Amino acid sequence: MFNISKLLDEIKSSPYREIIVAAPHTGKIAFAGVEIGARVHGPQGRWKETPGTKLCTLERECNPKPVCAPENGEICQVHRELDGHFVEAGTPLVVLRHMLTRDEVQRIILQKTLYLFPAPERAKYYFTPEADKKIRASDARSVTVHNGMELFIMSRMKREVPLNYTGPDGVIYEVYFKYNKNLDAGSPLVGICPQDHLHIIQNLVMRVQTEWTET
Amino acid sequence: MDNNIEKYLQNLRERLIYLTDIFAGKHGDSAALLEEKLTAFAVRVRSGNCEDVYAELSTVEDLVAYVERRLEKTLTPMDRVRVVRHPQRVCLRDILENVYDNFTEVGGQDEHSLDPSMLIARAIITRRRGKKTYMQSVMVIGQEKGHGAEYRNGGSVKPWGNAKALQYMSVAETEGIPIHAYIFTPGSYPIEDYPGAAQQIARNIYNMAGLRVPVVVVISEGGSGGAEAIGLADRRLMLSHGYYSVISPEGAAAIEGRLKNGERATPELIEHCAANLNILAEDNLKFGYIDRIVQEPPLGARPWHFDFFRSLRQEVIRATDEVVISTRKIPVLRGLALARHRSPESDIDNLYIRWGLSAAAKARLVRRRQQKFLRLSRQAARDRRPFVTKTATAFFDWISKPWVIVKYDFYHKHQRQISTLMEEINNEIDMLKYRLLAPWRKLSRRLPSRTDNKARELTALSSWKEDGRSHRWNYISPRYKIDRTLTCPNSESYGCLDLWGPDLFAEFAGVCSHCGYHFPMEPEWYVNNVFDAGSVFEFNSEIEAGNPLGFPGFSELVARAKEKTGAKSGCMTFEARIDNIKMVVAMLMGTFRGGSVGAAEGYKFVEAAARAAKKRYPFLAYVHGTAGIRIQEGTHGVIQMPRCTVAVRRYIEAGGLYMVLYDTNSFAGPVASFLGCSPYQFAVRSSNIGFAGPGVIKETTGMDIPPKYHRSYRALSRGHIQGIWDRRQIRANIKQALLTIGGRNLYYR
Repeated sequence: MFNISKLLDEIKSSPYREIIVAAPHTGKIAFAGVEIGARVHGPQGRWKETPGTKLCTLERECNPKPVCAPENGEICQVHRELDGHFVEAGTPLVVLRHMLTRDEVQRIILQKTLYLFPAPERAKYYFTPEADKKIRASDARSVTVHNGMELFIMSRMKREVPLNYTGPDGVIYEVYFKYNKNLDAGSPLVGICPQDHLHIIQNLVMRVQTEWTET
Repeated sequence: MDNNIEKYLQNLRERLIYLTDIFAGKHGDSAALLEEKLTAFAVRVRSGNCEDVYAELSTVEDLVAYVERRLEKTLTPMDRVRVVRHPQRVCLRDILENVYDNFTEVGGQDEHSLDPSMLIARAIITRRRGKKTYMQSVMVIGQEKGHGAEYRNGGSVKPWGNAKALQYMSVAETEGIPIHAYIFTPGSYPIEDYPGAAQQIARNIYNMAGLRVPVVVVISEGGSGGAEAIGLADRRLMLSHGYYSVISPEGAAAIEGRLKNGERATPELIEHCAANLNILAEDNLKFGYIDRIVQEPPLGARPWHFDFFRSLRQEVIRATDEVVISTRKIPVLRGLALARHRSPESDIDNLYIRWGLSAAAKARLVRRRQQKFLRLSRQAARDRRPFVTKTATAFFDWISKPWVIVKYDFYHKHQRQISTLMEEINNEIDMLKYRLLAPWRKLSRRLPSRTDNKARELTALSSWKEDGRSHRWNYISPRYKIDRTLTCPNSESYGCLDLWGPDLFAEFAGVCSHCGYHFPMEPEWYVNNVFDAGSVFEFNSEIEAGNPLGFPGFSELVARAKEKTGAKSGCMTFEARIDNIKMVVAMLMGTFRGGSVGAAEGYKFVEAAARAAKKRYPFLAYVHGTAGIRIQEGTHGVIQMPRCTVAVRRYIEAGGLYMVLYDTNSFAGPVASFLGCSPYQFAVRSSNIGFAGPGVIKETTGMDIPPKYHRSYRALSRGHIQGIWDRRQIRANIKQALLTIGGRNLYYR
């Protein structure tokens, strides 16, 4: 049994994710007037077609390439000592503090509270026709699963095999795969919530949606 | 208070609002004076202090009319733009109700239409000769801005609206009735949904160039491509307060001021552009792009100006009559009838001319229309050919005509029969030789050397010498000398590695070795690598781009472009060969002012089409890049759309093969006319094709467009183009296309 308030407090105590922007390849670094504490934005636009704030320029063989912020956030560290120097691939250049959004918090909490059933190998996954019918008729939470139940069809290279669910009994709370899209091995397929915990999880999601303030 | 007086007061108030709106804050004193007089009069009327209400009303009306007449003289070009855009301006439905005797809207009704901004109606004009009454039908086509402005889209027609117009033009052609087109559009709606804005306008212009019924156009607001979609006509009339322009003054200001991301141009800059684009009726009449001006009342026509409708009716009927009369064969009768019609005293309603045409008259009508457009705008290009060269060219043209007729229409016909006979004789001789030499072949097959050759051919490795890789390209981009790497724009999605410049611009021909993205190359690369070495012969290179409108600061820009590229205009026309297949090529160079098309480029394009027709060569339009019509040349530029399309249509109808190949970025006017009308259009990979760029679409429609909206693959899926070629395969593909698309009647055969 988990403690909702403790979980939320844990996230609230550090409500951000630190993103280390590293050099994608070797080259000479020239920082683009970014200061610690400055707010930067990630790719914008409906299709993320506008690149994020330029952090620095990495020049290799007379080919200057901008390095842009991958997410919205605040700059908390700039490796100024590298300015004008040649760096290797993977050298940290800037550290961003990305404040977690409501959806991100919800995702983190759900991953901690639900039982995540992983994909055994990289393949496309589908629900079995019975489960699929139920999901289409109402939603994923109407499907009750139990250990050893035939729940998925794993499709790879024209080879379709049934996949049995193994884990605790409960209902499907979250589906992490998409129709006709490949999923890597080890990635979660579904998040299962025991029937008696359902109202707690729903309560938790509600609290996140109402209490969490985005900056 | 008398209801009538209230109505008159309301009308005066609307006139005052109109006056204030169109001057946008100017002449505030006049407006204030009128406001004061009007308010005082209204107060007196309401309080019952007026002795003779109608007499006082007449005084106020006279005062308003006087102020309107006085301010009419001060109208600037931008004021006129505001006049045509004002909601009180006459619109097509007013014209249908007041100019024609009866009408039925076809092709949709009000908002229940494929595109409510394009209004089509069958209308009737009644005329008399003596006691007899004649009903004459016309097809009225035009953009509607009012009478349901909420669904009319401001007269900005969507591609399917233009398709509807074309459909009803064909109906009019089938029924043999004239077309009256009324242009009330700020421009076409620039979306690429099927059939595509550019593609549909190109189809419209191409078809109008050969319509076999009289077409009369009246221009009120003639915005670029939207206007041209229904604007190719035998007679073009223009309302005195209208404008006809390549681009809206705001659009021109955005380009002039190099504004980006929705920045607004200052009113001064917009006014400056409107004044320098020469968009007024008088300017266009002077240039010869319209035939007559229809005078409007002071400050422009509004729906209650019934005298204006009467004069418009007279003018459109007169224009239609003139077109019909001008197709008559006997010059004396034609001259007499035209003189009678052109007389200002003539009452057109009481003169009857049949508008039906015989088959021969229809052919003459189309020919005259085409010749009219081909003659336009030549004066706007600077032809620097020496007098001797011009005379010699004209002389050779003249003497070569009979020679060409003898060569292609007589000799080639018989030559085919002779060559067929010769082929048959040769076949027989070959068969005879084969039989006679059979014993020798039997003997030679047994010789040892022959077996050795066969064995070597089957077992040895292919030789690098024959591969020809070391001399693959005749021309290499000068950028290969720069020691640097470049990043492929697709590297984010496909993970392309950086490319080393000397490799990329030399051996790789500017193609990313990982994803196949095509970096833009210089026009010279194509000239030297696509065609046979030494086969390129440029002509008309002396025709120069200039600044025909005297647009401030533009002469320097053109001079700079000439110096940078070494070319005198954005269009290079030349004859060339691919494996000895001769062809005429017109190349729009993206390096010269973005490949924009002005009077000089249009002139060269028309000449190239004529040359291809004369020499019976296929005609290839290679678009290295074009940003559209050159806005600084105003209507001299926009007239190239119908003009060059007419040239292309004449060439195709004479049996020529016209092919278009797009590269890099091709947008706007040229794509929406003489390029887009080709039945065979191809594109080079990574090219973009469209009507308006993303910024313009965002500004005019408010829509965000996806990043790959203009990619050639979308144009291919839409049916705009027929194929996408790799740059390294252009030569082979052109040859393949010429050999397969070209039928037996094509010139190059």
